[in-house]
Amino acid sequence: MLRTLERRDVTVPGNRSRRLTGLLIALFAVAGLTLASVFVGVRGISAAQVVAGLSPSVDGWDAAVVAGMRLPRTALGLLAGAALGMAGALIQGVTRNPLADPGILGISAGASLGVVLASGLLGIGSLFGYVWFAFAGALAAMLVVYLVGGGGRGGATPATLAIAGAAVSALLFALISAVVLTDVRALEKYRFWVIGALTGIDRQTLAAVALFLLVGAALAASVAPALNSLALGDDVARSLGQRIWLVRARAVAAITLLAGGATAVCGPIAFVGLIVPHAARAVVGPDQRWILAYSAVLGAALLLAADITGRVIARPDEVQAGIVVAAVGAPFFIALVRRTRLREL
Amino acid sequence: MARTFRLSIAPVSGVVSRRAAAVCAVLVPLVGLAFVLEIATGDFPLPVADAIAALTGTTDAATAFIVHSLRLPRALVGLLAGAAFGLSGALFQALTRNPLASPDIIGVTQGAGLAAVAGILLGVGGGLALSTVALIGGVTSAVAAYALAWRRGTTSYRIVLVGIGIAALCASVTNYLLLKGNIYQTQQALHWLVGNLSGRGWQHVRPLAVAVAVLVPLALLLHRWLLDLQLGDDVARGLGVPVQRARLGVLLAGVGLVAVATAAAGPVGFVALTAPQIARRLVRTPAPPLVAAALTGALLVLAADLVAREAIPGTELPVGVVTGALGGPYLLWLLARVNRVGSRG
Repeated sequence: MLRTLERRDVTVPGNRSRRLTGLLIALFAVAGLTLASVFVGVRGISAAQVVAGLSPSVDGWDAAVVAGMRLPRTALGLLAGAALGMAGALIQGVTRNPLADPGILGISAGASLGVVLASGLLGIGSLFGYVWFAFAGALAAMLVVYLVGGGGRGGATPATLAIAGAAVSALLFALISAVVLTDVRALEKYRFWVIGALTGIDRQTLAAVALFLLVGAALAASVAPALNSLALGDDVARSLGQRIWLVRARAVAAITLLAGGATAVCGPIAFVGLIVPHAARAVVGPDQRWILAYSAVLGAALLLAADITGRVIARPDEVQAGIVVAAVGAPFFIALVRRTRLREL
Repeated sequence: MARTFRLSIAPVSGVVSRRAAAVCAVLVPLVGLAFVLEIATGDFPLPVADAIAALTGTTDAATAFIVHSLRLPRALVGLLAGAAFGLSGALFQALTRNPLASPDIIGVTQGAGLAAVAGILLGVGGGLALSTVALIGGVTSAVAAYALAWRRGTTSYRIVLVGIGIAALCASVTNYLLLKGNIYQTQQALHWLVGNLSGRGWQHVRPLAVAVAVLVPLALLLHRWLLDLQLGDDVARGLGVPVQRARLGVLLAGVGLVAVATAAAGPVGFVALTAPQIARRLVRTPAPPLVAAALTGALLVLAADLVAREAIPGTELPVGVVTGALGGPYLLWLLARVNRVGSRG
């Protein structure tokens, strides 16, 4: 009982400065990781050459590596990490299910099927070509989940949304298996995409994805305060003047843009959306606005750190960010679960 | 008419719901029909009468050979593994009070999958050796989940969360291995990972049958404690249930069932998740009914294998592709229907 009281104390206004300080520290960490991500890589490039490579006038192999590979990769890590963190926070907030992540609501499966269909049946090889199929797949899967899970009189409840998501995921993965088991070419593409890597993105694709992610982030920020009243239960939220279906619809749109966009370019990196909101909640308590802000910053930090680690640990080979996130995230997550008293949200 | 009646045939007695009994009475002949059809269909189709005759031992030598050496083991693996998946899913979902907590998401399946893929890449031949490797992997990850969740006792919720962490880690390492292997090993591994009944012989049936014969009665004996655990740990303790021992027993039964079933048939997707939910909606109980879930699981796998063999003439799909493609829409339809009627799923 004493524990519960302590946890509630976190919402007292006096803690605002503490939260801001924490956020600033996290932002500094992200800035440091960003620098590290530009300077550290499989190919040893001296600091002076990296700085030279940042200016647009310099030619040469090292400059090309820095400008053409490390910068887009770093930007993608920041964007996708923040997007996945926010998407995870929103999903857990809106379904009130601490087990929810972009994988559970069918987004990863929808995006995967889009990639497999585009590369297998239509033979589209370039990233910029199949990104749109992934995006459309994520959106379609999410809409089906939302319509089925929330189609009845009572609207979408956490349980029905989650079950519908699991059902749609299973259906889509069955279709994916059917395609990749009969088409070696699609399997070859799929196994490189499904691993979750930040490499191989060009600036054009990056700009297009950034647009979707920014719109999603704005939408997420606008819906976070309403999620706070939703956390008190549907009836209380309704009596506080929230139109519940509208809040959920906006949250779902934000999740689709954020998670769908990130998954489309990086592949399904599941762990960021699952663990980052838990870490955020452990620091800031139950306020959705703070959880969202922290999740964005911590998500970016986690994904960048994972990507840098993957470049360093297996030189001259590379371990993809998705693998490192899982390898680092799983023990962290288990430690978190052991340490705190996690409840239904 | 009373909704329940008291069954007492010494030394067994218990309260049985009429609806549960009726549902089981319908499911048993359906499972039997699917079993006979599974034996009758194939490259050399047999009349149903001949198939039954071969089972009872009154037929010519050629038919007897086809049935006893080729078709019967496959059908038995389907029947037993399906029942084990269904029952195990029901145990997990009842224990955790979470409809998403199938063995698929708490790590048993992924542990088995990781071990099997590693085995395939290291050149472990198919058949019994691969099954043993998978069994070891599945049990190891379950034991790890339980041990890591232990902190002066444990809660179902913590076990699930730790299991999710382990599952994500295993899945990601599996993807990494799929990337490292050559494309043909990857394809072979993927065939196993989808869940497959082809080429199953008596060496697969025997361990599965022994395990099912031991674990199913154990699960049914634990049913009463399971019902009490549904009320929460504190209430259950007040009712005189040894909470930790009961939970360990239920987990052992559930993990054992899913591990042996996965070892024999591969991780047939979606059965453990959907079968209890379908059964629960048929029987209309708040918790997944164990016997009905086992029967539903067996029916799902057998029916799906029939479809997998007959759907596309000339090719044989893995059964896991079909369970997802069939089970997914069915669960969606159930969800949508329940939503429309108004009684929430």
